[in-house]
Amino acid sequence: MKGSEALIKCLEYEGVKTVFGYPGGTVLGLYEALRHSSIHNVLTRTEQGAAHAASGYARIAGMPGVCIATSGPGATNLVTGIATAFMDSIPMVAITGQVPKSIVGTDAFQEVDITGITKPITKHNYLVTEANQIPQIVREAFHIASTGRPGPVLIDLPKDVADSECTAKIPGQIDLPGYKPTIKGHPSQIKLACKILNQSKKPVIYVGGGIVHSGAEALLLELSERLDAPVAVTLMGKGAFPYKNNLYMGMVGIHGCPAANIAVCNCDVLLAIGARFDDRVTSNMPDFASNAQIIHIDVDPAEIGKNIIPKVPIVGDAASIIKDMLKCLNQASHPEWLAQVEAWRPTEQGVYYEGKDDEALTMRKVLHQLSEMTRDNVIVTTDVGQHQMVAAQFYKARRAKGFISSGGLGTMGYGLPAAVGAQLASPESIVFCVTGDGSFQMTFNELATASAENLPIKVLLFNNNNLGMVRQLQKFYMKENYYSVDMPGNPDFIKLAQAYGMETYTMEHTGQIQEILAEAMDNNKATLIECKVSCEEMVYPVVLCGRSIDEMILFKGDK
Amino acid sequence: MKRTLSVLVENRPGVLTHISGLISRRGYNIESIAASSTELPDVTRISLVVEVVSTAQLEQIVAQLEKLVQVIKVIDMTNNESLVRELALLKIKVEPALRQEIINLTEIFRARILDVHPETMVIEITGDGEKVTAFCKLMEKYGIIEIIRTGEIFLTRDAEPAVKIRKESLR
Repeated sequence: MKGSEALIKCLEYEGVKTVFGYPGGTVLGLYEALRHSSIHNVLTRTEQGAAHAASGYARIAGMPGVCIATSGPGATNLVTGIATAFMDSIPMVAITGQVPKSIVGTDAFQEVDITGITKPITKHNYLVTEANQIPQIVREAFHIASTGRPGPVLIDLPKDVADSECTAKIPGQIDLPGYKPTIKGHPSQIKLACKILNQSKKPVIYVGGGIVHSGAEALLLELSERLDAPVAVTLMGKGAFPYKNNLYMGMVGIHGCPAANIAVCNCDVLLAIGARFDDRVTSNMPDFASNAQIIHIDVDPAEIGKNIIPKVPIVGDAASIIKDMLKCLNQASHPEWLAQVEAWRPTEQGVYYEGKDDEALTMRKVLHQLSEMTRDNVIVTTDVGQHQMVAAQFYKARRAKGFISSGGLGTMGYGLPAAVGAQLASPESIVFCVTGDGSFQMTFNELATASAENLPIKVLLFNNNNLGMVRQLQKFYMKENYYSVDMPGNPDFIKLAQAYGMETYTMEHTGQIQEILAEAMDNNKATLIECKVSCEEMVYPVVLCGRSIDEMILFKGDK
Repeated sequence: MKRTLSVLVENRPGVLTHISGLISRRGYNIESIAASSTELPDVTRISLVVEVVSTAQLEQIVAQLEKLVQVIKVIDMTNNESLVRELALLKIKVEPALRQEIINLTEIFRARILDVHPETMVIEITGDGEKVTAFCKLMEKYGIIEIIRTGEIFLTRDAEPAVKIRKESLR
């Protein structure tokens, strides 16, 4: 069979059910093979959308998302999506066409060195030089993408290679001499960590996306209860710990919850699992958990010691290590410490609920209500900006895969295509895309994809006619010199959504929130809810650049 | 501080770019890089000399390199009892009157004269980095027209290879 047919057969072998892509000259053979395949092919409206959709799909399905693009501009359009997946450790296999091998390097039509361009943002990439390499390469790609610290892998397939004969068989086990992720933690390190934890008086558990990748939510709960330790999550770890639990402190970081931020700065042992001490969390490294002994558990050895030197580093899979730790951890009890943490939580009347009782519509009120009404089968994706931070603060995800956001790269335009991917991975779920007028206009063309695929996605669009987060940054750092953040040319979003055949709602007062959200939740139709909010609404708490995370500005007029 | 790393990689197109790209992208400084085939089929050894500010920074480089799928093993050779050699070719400006002086120096350093012209000489010298640098400094007085150095390569003194790789695990 032809190389292109072999590749599609290999995708089927890996269990791929859906691919997202955009055809072109160098992938004609691939698409012809797809036409004969049982794999569901989703045509997006840009390649960036295809990559983000593959990412959203992967995060829900738990297997690598696949996106396909043609050579040249198709491949370069994937770059943002691949980098987004790389930063958030999302398993993805990106397949790009390439000009025939014989003319590679001659600046041919739609030729670009995509393997060179994506080297720093992929776990690994391949330029296929012979059709017989294809089965081995595809097996390796899926293996690398989904094991250890997951990430994107790119396969660049020249047209003539795709058209030539492939007689090789799909290999069985693959053994890569240079790639052997560690699963089991080192026993003596685990023992040391347990010793320190058993003696701890003020422990804090700090978890990120690694818990989600490892499927360690239940073990995390057991661990926190054994240690009687409060839990702080990162943006990527939202939903990994039950929000109703007493020990849950919320998100930590520059827009994090006061309890989480202050507790981290005052703990004596910080147990970090599947998190990487990113600057959005730590703000000012020397001040971060400065009194604590740090235990850092991560599957990626390069993360350990990168930003902070831990007392006890443990490389391995989170679930495996937590299981081993539970064998030598005593049942702890820290009522005084927990009472202290409780005192650090904001009150109902406090900062979170500024302006609670007046009639003005705010992002906080809408997202708080959405959180109250949400169910186990709801998935929220977000774009990037103020709305994202408010969603992270207020939306209580019911499960680890209930909140999907671009954390590491912070890519505007992620929300809608990711929602498309998430909905396709989980047709029975209700998917909300929380977005802002800035982010929405980056990828709203994917509404056509949603329409073509009959996906009843709910777009919750916060429109303040501004680039809200940049405006907030200009307020705090540029002496309120607002420039290039006003968006007067915004379209009538309602008319735009109607042009795509969506149900639409305009939300202008608090009295409308519950009714509109309830209708949208159950209408089983693609819906756009435009929430008109003020550009004066800032995200609080905020930790300014260079400050320690316990030095928060809690509300307007604070500090 | 200078640190020497021996990096064993699968011999695949682009692996050298990948390694040097990774190092420069993270802001570390490569002093020299030399790549060659080894006693194992399809395995290349890349000898790296990097300039780092701390041991933590070096550990990061090693960890990041080992993450690359094509990198089989990274060994910090700095503190090993290893044999180090570098080769340099120098084209020196030599007036006939000074020629004997240069020949004497060449003998002292056990260097070799490869080529002689009325106004110039080409000298080859091998040794560890310090010796080569010392010789080059001496030659600067006379005027170096062109110089090229290979960068240091190293091998441990032990009977065993620094890294044991099962031949079957190579593809």
